[in-house]
Amino acid sequence: MRILLTVSDFIIPVTVLGIVVFGCLQRVDIYEIFLEGAKDGLKTVVDILPTLIGLIMAVEVVRAGGLLDMMTGILRPAAEKIGFPAELAPLSLVRLVSSSAATGLLTDIFANFGADSFLGRTASVMMSCTETVFYTMSLYFLSVGVRKTRYTLPCALLANMVGVFAAVWLVQTVFGN
Amino acid sequence: MLNGIWGFFVIGGILTGAFLGRMDLVTRAVIGGGKSAMELVFTMAGVVAVWSGILKIAERGGMIDALAHKMNPLMDFLFPTVPREHKARQYIAANFAANFLGLGWAATPAGLMAMKELQKLNREKGRATGAMCMFLTVNMSSLQLVSVNILAYRAEYGSAEPAEIVGVGIAATLITTLTGILAAKLLEGRD
Repeated sequence: MRILLTVSDFIIPVTVLGIVVFGCLQRVDIYEIFLEGAKDGLKTVVDILPTLIGLIMAVEVVRAGGLLDMMTGILRPAAEKIGFPAELAPLSLVRLVSSSAATGLLTDIFANFGADSFLGRTASVMMSCTETVFYTMSLYFLSVGVRKTRYTLPCALLANMVGVFAAVWLVQTVFGN
Repeated sequence: MLNGIWGFFVIGGILTGAFLGRMDLVTRAVIGGGKSAMELVFTMAGVVAVWSGILKIAERGGMIDALAHKMNPLMDFLFPTVPREHKARQYIAANFAANFLGLGWAATPAGLMAMKELQKLNREKGRATGAMCMFLTVNMSSLQLVSVNILAYRAEYGSAEPAEIVGVGIAATLITTLTGILAAKLLEGRD
């Protein structure tokens, strides 16, 4: 654990160091080029700002209105029927929509069942192998004005669903119930 | 598709709010949504600007080009329609590498630039190309090797061995990514 945390402390500084040193060796005007990139970055942020506002507003409305709770309520019995832990059903759905809401559910599971319980471990694995699909798709496609997203959503949803089941199965196999 | 989902969220959210008597919360969400987006942008603007700057140095120094070259066999398989020397490949390579290392904020600018380059290759601008579908599918199948945030939460909530899930997490991430790639390959060319 300590090694991993140390490594993660090193990733960002070492990446930056490596790139800057390499740029120096290649005789890049590092500071000027950095500023050029930073300017592009700020433009990007301004470009995606409206998309973000629309997205976050919609996600907050869904959460506030209780639609998300209702959908997970419907999902629960269905999950139980196929032998999927019902306590994890909300997390698997919420994770697709909002990362911060999913983190809230994750820490709830930790608090109620313990981080080292079957549910705690599975929830941790689920969080690491899934992604906020709705957010990513909207941001990337809308940034270039693509409306017909074709098979992207089905593929992403399938990958996430397989990930959720794989998490349950892997934790059961490796750690037992 | 995106219009449909967004509409479903807003309309569904407000209707359930009315039905469940939570209109006060919905009101706060409508007004607060824009505000929290602005707050997010303020925190992320600086980070994205820094990473875009670093990325630019890497690009000028030829590092990203070298990375993209190393990834050519993979890229040929995933993005056969994107020519080898095309800029899109470089940004995709940078995006994958950043995601892999868990540098989400560095991945976003590279990913957006990749989309811009892929759009240049697109003949029907409003419709996603196969390469775009593949790129985003891989992106959304989670590439991150170790999720440090989750380990930190586990430690905070009293886990005896927070990192014990790392191996399983990597296996699960591999499964999702392979599933995504397989699905996107099978559906290639469909609507």
